[in-house]
Amino acid sequence: MKRGLVIVSMLLIGCSLFGQRYFTRTGEIKFFSEAPMENIEAVNNKVLCIIDLDKGQVAVDLLIKSFEFEKKLMQEHFNENYMESSKIPKATFKGQFEVPDDLKELENGEYVVDVTGEITIHGIKQPLNTPVMLRIREGQIESSFEFMVKVEDHEIEIPNLVIDNIAEEILVSVNLTLEPYKR
Amino acid sequence: MIRRSSIWIFLLCILFNSSLIAQDDLLSLLDEEQEVETVEKSLWKAQRLINGHTTKTRAAGELEFIIMHRFGQINTGIDDLFGLDFANIRFSFEYGISDRLTLGLGRSSFEKIYDGFAKYSILQQGDRSPVALSWFSSIAVRTADKPTFSEDKFVDRTAYTHQLLIARKLSDKASVLFVPSYVHRNRVEHDQENDYFALGIGGRYKLNPRVSLITEYYLGLTKEESDLYNNSFGIGVEIETGGHVFQLTFTNSRSMVEKGFITETTGAWQDGDIHFGFNLSRTF
Repeated sequence: MKRGLVIVSMLLIGCSLFGQRYFTRTGEIKFFSEAPMENIEAVNNKVLCIIDLDKGQVAVDLLIKSFEFEKKLMQEHFNENYMESSKIPKATFKGQFEVPDDLKELENGEYVVDVTGEITIHGIKQPLNTPVMLRIREGQIESSFEFMVKVEDHEIEIPNLVIDNIAEEILVSVNLTLEPYKR
Repeated sequence: MIRRSSIWIFLLCILFNSSLIAQDDLLSLLDEEQEVETVEKSLWKAQRLINGHTTKTRAAGELEFIIMHRFGQINTGIDDLFGLDFANIRFSFEYGISDRLTLGLGRSSFEKIYDGFAKYSILQQGDRSPVALSWFSSIAVRTADKPTFSEDKFVDRTAYTHQLLIARKLSDKASVLFVPSYVHRNRVEHDQENDYFALGIGGRYKLNPRVSLITEYYLGLTKEESDLYNNSFGIGVEIETGGHVFQLTFTNSRSMVEKGFITETTGAWQDGDIHFGFNLSRTF
């Protein structure tokens, strides 16, 4: 009896230390570039994301090669010429936000938090601050938001010849459904 | 007794918990969760290296249009503007039936040859295979008459080529290619062989993401009585600009079909029998 209590209480302490972490490996990130010559669109459905509600931390990790384009040739050029994905396979984000009490308590509803952090694309780190919508529903966190990325900021070179084909700023939209993280 | 076991349990729980919270940095936690993609797709930018094929096939639904030019010999001098007065052309349409299978049809002005080929991507370089493997088979039909053949029927005009293309991307910049090749010509001159084996060796080195040096050598393994023919050797520069790939080449071969440049290259580099040329590829 006593021993059982000890085990349970230890595990509980352990759990609370471990924190409220939410995770997905099937997050979706799309990007869209609107330019005079052609629009470029791609989607990645294998985005990893983890949110720690206790500490107000978030991290995102994705493989550049997992972006799917309608045209395979475009996908090849994206990987080979622009992102150099065999040398720099990933893009990541790491950020913090203030956690409202209701969100900590996991009350159903929508919350908008201001996330400040650093986004690393093409190996170049840049600050990124953006409002992020979080929706709590039945123990899951859903999130969708958009932000802009400047191609130049991440030292992605665009040759003069195709400068009309690629926008200087790319719209990135994120769609995530996170579930409690189990190891 | 109870107390002692409790201490053990306490310690175990601490250990268990600390292993859970050890991964405090969320990014390194995700890094551990991420499954690494190992398949290497971009060994080559084009389906041709100089004259010969690479392991690359077109993606399903992609249509590639290729125009290849080989000018006359450089050693003809200023009178022929270093060969530019003469040009052989081959153009072809090459279509991706699936991501693995590409079919092509071409026409060369030299010997007025029509050629058709099928290329199949067997393996991609990655975890499962250290090399990329493709199979290539082609048929070439000469429609220009050959004066030395008294009777020149359809079967006399055809030749077949089969190749196993083996390639490996060594680094971000360098890729190599080995091509065991077999050419069968239905009819040949008396001092030539119908069945001809050769080994192709090629490579590219990327100077930057869009510009590469390319080279290719086909070593003839079949000994023939005739000493008219040399091994084919070419070097060039490859420039990629979005949907186009340009290859500027120097080679001792005049023909741009396999049976021609592998078995019937007459030029000799040491004598300056070098043809300047280019391949221009556009993918739709």
